[in-house]
Amino acid sequence: MSKPTGIRGRVWFKALTDQEKPMPGDPPSVLVADAPVGNENARLLCVVPDPNSRFPCASHGEVGLEQAYTLATRIREIIKADTTGSAGNEIKKRPFIAIVDVKSQAYGRREEIAGIHLAAAAAADAYATARFAGHPVITLIVGQAISGGFLTHGYQANRLLAFADDDVLIHAMHKEPAARITRRTVAQLESLAKTVTPLSYDVRDYAKLGLLYKLLPVSNPETPSADEISLVRNAIAEAIADARIGPTDLRNRFESEAAQTARKATRLIRARLEEEWNQ
Amino acid sequence: MREVIFSREYLQRRSFIELSARDRAESLFDSGTGRELAGPFDRIESPWLAMQGVTPQADDGCIVMRGTIAGQRAVVIAFNGAFQGGGIGEVSGAKLTTALDLACRDSENGQPTSAVLLLETGGVRLQEANLGLAAVAEIISSIIALRRYAPVISVIAGPVGCFGGMSLTAGVSSYIVMTPEGRLGLNGPEVIEEESGVEEFDASDRALTWSIYGGQQRYNQGLVDILVDDDIDQVIKTVQELITKGVPPRNRSEQVDVYRSHIAALDPSTKWNPADVSWSAASLARPIGRNQEVASNEEEHNQ
Amino acid sequence: MEQFEFKYPAKRKVLRRAHVGVVGSGDLEVLLEPTEIGAASVLVRTSVDGFKDNWKAVLDRFFGQYDGAVHIEINDAGATPGAVYLRLQQAVEASES
Repeated sequence: MSKPTGIRGRVWFKALTDQEKPMPGDPPSVLVADAPVGNENARLLCVVPDPNSRFPCASHGEVGLEQAYTLATRIREIIKADTTGSAGNEIKKRPFIAIVDVKSQAYGRREEIAGIHLAAAAAADAYATARFAGHPVITLIVGQAISGGFLTHGYQANRLLAFADDDVLIHAMHKEPAARITRRTVAQLESLAKTVTPLSYDVRDYAKLGLLYKLLPVSNPETPSADEISLVRNAIAEAIADARIGPTDLRNRFESEAAQTARKATRLIRARLEEEWNQ
Repeated sequence: MREVIFSREYLQRRSFIELSARDRAESLFDSGTGRELAGPFDRIESPWLAMQGVTPQADDGCIVMRGTIAGQRAVVIAFNGAFQGGGIGEVSGAKLTTALDLACRDSENGQPTSAVLLLETGGVRLQEANLGLAAVAEIISSIIALRRYAPVISVIAGPVGCFGGMSLTAGVSSYIVMTPEGRLGLNGPEVIEEESGVEEFDASDRALTWSIYGGQQRYNQGLVDILVDDDIDQVIKTVQELITKGVPPRNRSEQVDVYRSHIAALDPSTKWNPADVSWSAASLARPIGRNQEVASNEEEHNQ
Repeated sequence: MEQFEFKYPAKRKVLRRAHVGVVGSGDLEVLLEPTEIGAASVLVRTSVDGFKDNWKAVLDRFFGQYDGAVHIEINDAGATPGAVYLRLQQAVEASES
């Protein structure tokens, strides 16, 4: 069983920003701060558990209604502030760093009634809009990055970084329910995952899909050493620099070296549709 | 018992839902212009299913067609809810993303190309887990890129509905069209019951399910732009009108302040009646539809 | 999942290819394509193991009536013999319309 979500998110938010409080008016489950990374001033965002959450289904590190709309608000205020001024001089777009340790989206009746799909869409929209506007968007996966939680917070980044650690989980669904729904035992699922890479729960297998920019060797994600923090800072700074010179869309994810092997079918479809588009 | 009288209009209706996914896609195009790309005879099927003992489908349950609608360039992407619940795999996801990207490229080059998504999908196909989830992230990104130049219209017509990650896809669209038979939500009732318990959601309560996810409720809430009957002609006319109308002034998922304040005003300590949670006034992007008067009043209210 | 191939004599030229059906529970998809006169071939992939004889029986019956020179691919998700026969007939109809 994996460790409780949220400890790592908080630890890394504090390590990278030296802050641990939400911004005024925000729920305690969303930490946002502006802090230097490399030689730039970045906005860092993290979703953490809040046992007293107003919405009980979003109290263990799930991304719910309040979390999603708060993220969207905090991203959009920077996009607006960094829009080219009236004099026409180009403003340097600040980077966004999403620190990801999310258990999932919030699974609740009230959430569905209130349209959590739109809240999630609004957060993903804000991240993608930032990326298309030229803001480098970097995601640092320190713990769990599951399903709708990850789509809402982090999966729209130009560059994805993750720790090479056994408790880092990037997946469409937790192991037990995924096994049940596909009518398998957990053991069968684990055995299949050895040959069917996208099924694997191991972040090192995830890296083979070509989606990640880098896998970072961090051995103590809950109590990082000064060296590890510095390694992560440098990796983020490097990802920011790389994002600034690359395209603003997500093509790197299927054009990467690993994707040439792992995502052959994606590449085949792209080539075929392009070929037939103007026939 | 009361005698049931079917109106002439009802009896003459031709169901959109009952068409095959391919016929649904084709029906939207100006006569004879719809041309399928990467179709079943191209045989680009999922490379992951056979490895797991699951029979693949030659088109991976996703149909891409190009042509003109109301005289304008358009691409239609239709999912087949009968194959793997319309789940997004590597191939079906890449079909949708690439179609959006090519439409975006043409639009940037001065030939606006709209996209119509016929969504019958439970979300990520779990047999392709991480590549399905990655595909959904890429789809969302490509919609946001295209909708700056040409409308992206999501149509949720059938009872498979639109769930999981694909509900975000609908959420970032320029317009959402639903029938009362369609359903829209992030987590379906079974998933919530499984994750949070039967006291949170009793998935066997069909009436509760429809009162939350059904097209009528989503329309009343202002989370959908147009409600149409399950009628081919109505769906065609609506899609034509939206394409003619073009890009809305603001997309729904950009209106963060409006919806964030709605959430802040809710009291989660009480049990909610879905019908009471309605902010149709929040819907700025509601250009046409059968409740025209209501829609125009709401627009005034918000602008 | 199991896969089988069958061959039958064929003497009539077929003009058009056809695609019908869906790989949904209890259903199947059929892809039918014209080939050279002489032999017809069928490739079956089915999610339900252990029914090779039943497949052969259905296809023998079908090719007892049909002499088109075609290659047929069947992707099956547990259809009954009746449903298989019906889809094959639909595919033929679509290829001759």
